[in-house]
Amino acid sequence: MNAIKLETNAYSLFYGKFRALEDISLKIPEKQVTAIIGPSGCGKSTFLRTFNRMNDLIPGVRTEGQALLDGEDIFSMDVVALRQRVGMVFQKPNPFPKSIYDNVAYGPRVNGIRDKKALDEIVETSLRGAALWDEVKDNLGKSGLALSGGQQQRLCIARALAVRPSVILMDEPAASLDPIATQRIEELIRQLVEEYTIVIVTHNMQQAGRVSDYTAFFFTDESSTGKLVEFNLTRKIFTNPQDKRTEDYITGRFG
Amino acid sequence: MNAPEMTSTRPTELPSSRTSANLRKRQAAQKFGFGLLWLASLVVILILLVVVGYVFLTGFKSLSWEFLTTAPKGGLSGEGGISTTILTTIYLVGLILVIAAPLGIGAAIFLIEYQEQTKTGGKFLRGLLQAANFGVETLAGIPSIIFGLFGYALFVSTLKFGFSLLSAGLAGACLVLPTIIRTTQEALLTVPVSLREGSLALGATRWQTISKVVLPAAIPGIITGIMLSVGRIISETAVFYVTLGGSYRLPNSLLSGGRTLSLHLYYLAMDTNAFEKAMGTGAVLIVSIILINLVIDLISRKLSAGVRQNQ
Repeated sequence: MNAIKLETNAYSLFYGKFRALEDISLKIPEKQVTAIIGPSGCGKSTFLRTFNRMNDLIPGVRTEGQALLDGEDIFSMDVVALRQRVGMVFQKPNPFPKSIYDNVAYGPRVNGIRDKKALDEIVETSLRGAALWDEVKDNLGKSGLALSGGQQQRLCIARALAVRPSVILMDEPAASLDPIATQRIEELIRQLVEEYTIVIVTHNMQQAGRVSDYTAFFFTDESSTGKLVEFNLTRKIFTNPQDKRTEDYITGRFG
Repeated sequence: MNAPEMTSTRPTELPSSRTSANLRKRQAAQKFGFGLLWLASLVVILILLVVVGYVFLTGFKSLSWEFLTTAPKGGLSGEGGISTTILTTIYLVGLILVIAAPLGIGAAIFLIEYQEQTKTGGKFLRGLLQAANFGVETLAGIPSIIFGLFGYALFVSTLKFGFSLLSAGLAGACLVLPTIIRTTQEALLTVPVSLREGSLALGATRWQTISKVVLPAAIPGIITGIMLSVGRIISETAVFYVTLGGSYRLPNSLLSGGRTLSLHLYYLAMDTNAFEKAMGTGAVLIVSIILINLVIDLISRKLSAGVRQNQ
């Protein structure tokens, strides 16, 4: 197993009095794809958003336990600095209403890079990294909104890469895409994992099976509190689950 | 839901004669209803046409290039044109926007972007935000003459700015602030949360997110608010009656008084026998308001097109 990139210890999250995540201890290895699967409402996205502290935006959220990036406490870091190290791709492609170039250059610019040459280079590398360069290189001034859904999502991936993070969080990145666009995103994820630690939330178990090295299965009962049931190599989770609930879920008995 | 007792899964069939009679009745009711709606909108359009038509027909004779470009000469017969009052109106609009737009837009951003803190922030901040929101609501409902009296008491007498552009500008700014704040708030709220999240997730600060993503996306809405304010200033009389004085000369400094178009219309109608000139001034006012509304319409169309693209 690779070094540990992200880690939670006895981590719980509350919305006011409601406990959304309970006692989650998980070690996410570096430069691997880790999938988080589980039925709706089990707190997968909430857990994912812990690592770039997107939950900070929601009033009344409180956490217990530890969350670590490279062994450092996430909650005592500066949130802006954290988000430069941990990028995110959202469920619905959300390019800014700006040109393709400005979308990708946005992250470096807010981080203070002004030099045109340096920006040009970052934009090209990032678009190449997201397998979008060949399709858009002649139209960098075109609005990001004019691209197809799948291209928009790859633009959002390029935008995340441009900040040079070491971790990329993906919250159901292919949920709104057609099968062909989905396939391209999945291929891209396999390429990106050479250099990045990727954590992906997905509803689609086949997708988890295709793209991930490790899988964490989250589950919830009537209380709606999300718990981690099982974490292991993806192939073990899919061929030899240790927990009855994992087995029921991946064989499609519910969820 | 309690299921009714059903012996068959198919509903009882209605006799066809009854269905068609029923259908005719329903169609007649629809025709009647739509007829009433048509009538209502016809009446509204008619009222508008009558008002605008009356002003134009009566004011038409005094409308000319000369009327627009010569200064009023005063006197009982209302000699001269309206050139200085047009310029004074433009000066005042500019002055009020310079004061009210930055204040209003800033306040709106603060009220929206820090809204969640009305629930979670410290007691002081929470109180401040609630008071500010309540203040905007209340200001929007206050009759304009009260802004006028306030402006008179504070700017004209206490601060000794006299009847002047400055007094009128400050009082007018109070008048349009609620409009600017509210339309800006609405414009900010139409910017999708996903854009804010996208920006924050890239390591942008909240301020960078507001200034580089949220504000640019909200600009058409903000411009709409400003244009609405321009319309409000052009048509306002009460506030300026007690703060701007009534001189028909062109103000030569911030501290000299003057007359806006609406004020001039009022003076012409009340103090002179130049009723046709009053109507001519009215026609000019109506044309400018129509132009402003056309601009607003154009901008909001662009805005809604932008929002659609984003969804």
